[in-house]
Amino acid sequence: MPDQLLYAMEVTLNGLMAGVLYALVALGFVLIFKASGIFNYAQGVMALFAALTLVGIQDGQVPFAHLINAIFGTDVHHFGWHVPAILAILLTVVVMVAFAWIVERYILRHLVNQPGIILFMATIGLAYFMEGFGDMMWGSDIKKLDVGLPQGINIAIDDTTFNWFGYGFFIDNLDISATIVAVILVVALTVFSQYSKQGRALRAVADDHQAALSVGISLRFIWVLVWSIAGFVALVAGIMWGSKSGVQFSLSLIALKALPVLMLGGFTSIPGAIVGGLIIGVGEKLFEFAIGPLVGGATENWFAYVLALLFLVFRPQGLFGEKIIERV
Amino acid sequence: MNDMSPDSYVTADGRTIGGVVMEMKNITLRFGGVVAIKDISFDIREGEIRAIIGPNGAGKSSMLNVISGFYVPQEGEVWFRGKRRPQMKPYQVASQGIARTFQNIALFDGMSVLDNIMTGRLTMMKTGLLSQAMWFGRAEKEENHHREQVEKIIDFLEIQNIRKTPVGRLPYGLKKRVELARALAAEPKLLLLDEPMAGMNVEEKEDMSRFILDVNDEFGTTIALIEHDMGVVMDLSDRVVVMDYGKKIGDGTPDEVRGNQAVIDAYLGVAHD
Repeated sequence: MPDQLLYAMEVTLNGLMAGVLYALVALGFVLIFKASGIFNYAQGVMALFAALTLVGIQDGQVPFAHLINAIFGTDVHHFGWHVPAILAILLTVVVMVAFAWIVERYILRHLVNQPGIILFMATIGLAYFMEGFGDMMWGSDIKKLDVGLPQGINIAIDDTTFNWFGYGFFIDNLDISATIVAVILVVALTVFSQYSKQGRALRAVADDHQAALSVGISLRFIWVLVWSIAGFVALVAGIMWGSKSGVQFSLSLIALKALPVLMLGGFTSIPGAIVGGLIIGVGEKLFEFAIGPLVGGATENWFAYVLALLFLVFRPQGLFGEKIIERV
Repeated sequence: MNDMSPDSYVTADGRTIGGVVMEMKNITLRFGGVVAIKDISFDIREGEIRAIIGPNGAGKSSMLNVISGFYVPQEGEVWFRGKRRPQMKPYQVASQGIARTFQNIALFDGMSVLDNIMTGRLTMMKTGLLSQAMWFGRAEKEENHHREQVEKIIDFLEIQNIRKTPVGRLPYGLKKRVELARALAAEPKLLLLDEPMAGMNVEEKEDMSRFILDVNDEFGTTIALIEHDMGVVMDLSDRVVVMDYGKKIGDGTPDEVRGNQAVIDAYLGVAHD
């Protein structure tokens, strides 16, 4: 096989894996948008906050250390213990559920029946608040996140492909784990929403608030539930991105990469978020590979947005977005 | 409330009407300066079909919304099954066993007929989040039990052939029927129907009337309904409340109401012709 083709295959595979990471972020958006019609601008910051909290707990960091030291003149930074990854993840989940409860109690509850743009603005405020709060709680230095996921080149794939084609594919173990985790997550979410009592209630709320109330569904409970799930998805995305490139404040910008994914896949479709993520991941890598050299490179910065724009023109509801079924 | 209250009686067609199940005492509801309901009291007895009628804007739907907790009256008390009901959210009222339909139909358009009706049983599902997540046997058994009950209702309302159809695709008349099915799935102690026959043709109206009578007869469900069509109301109901401009102007059996001069003036005569 010609080298160019093999290289293109490798680029495609890596694009797929990168796409999974985009999809993980997009998934959080879709969940909240489906259930409450809110475009949650804070989703990216939630991933950052979850990752910060996870690292903080793992390393036994004292939360609000700067604040405490400034007020009391002390010099505390670490508890001096190290929490195992699993326990730290569980504790972070608890924090994210508490966060969901606070969001419902202090923001959503007061904005019921407000137009979507108001809720959107509220989530922008929430995003900046959380960014500052995360900074105050855990400090702003770049941290290394390691929950024991395998990292680096997958030697088995490298060797096998080398034996087959005489060219070894470079696939990162972390990307493989991300893919597996994403698949499990999507299957679990689908089963939950299709077959469980709460899942049915969730779909009902997403469809019609009034009708949901009339069959005895508490909107508040559902909102706490859905923000908790979105917080959990943000944690998963935060772990993957954090392991890959360190936990730093630029992590919150991955939300911007989720936007074109959502435009492609549709704001209301879980499979859409996955497929959209994969298309963007593969598309931008292949485009950079094939066209990049001709136009001076760095196409990955804008390719996704241009693709999304094209989709908006020709298929505004996205690939899998709900076609509004309505008789008139 | 299966006990025979001292004041229970048997109707001409052999149904037993029990004691008072719901009582509205001096209800007043205002929206800003507009008085939608003015000092209205009436009761609903167990097993009866109780109609609320009146011209447009009389406050009938508002009254239904008070009963189902969507509106909170400024004054007055709501008594349900012998107890004064504290202020409640609509979902809490629903889990007390009060199910309703809406004038303008509120279904989950993206979900199938079957799923829509299944949501009616949400308040009765016991298994928790965790055991459902793990898909323990108990959760599955419970789901199957609820499915069986829902299938009975589907058979009863003769909508077997559209079970899997997304509700958004259905014609108006069938949507109304699905909404009734969802309310019935909750096995309500009190069923509230907001204009169940609005916008239907004669044939559909006859079907719906038959279903309402059958539901009341077979399940003994207490029903309170709002309807415009006087003929239908008089045929269906045991007792009728008549409202006009937020006030109660008549209350009694269809025959009594028919002979009430205030009702004739407001509803049938003077105001409109």
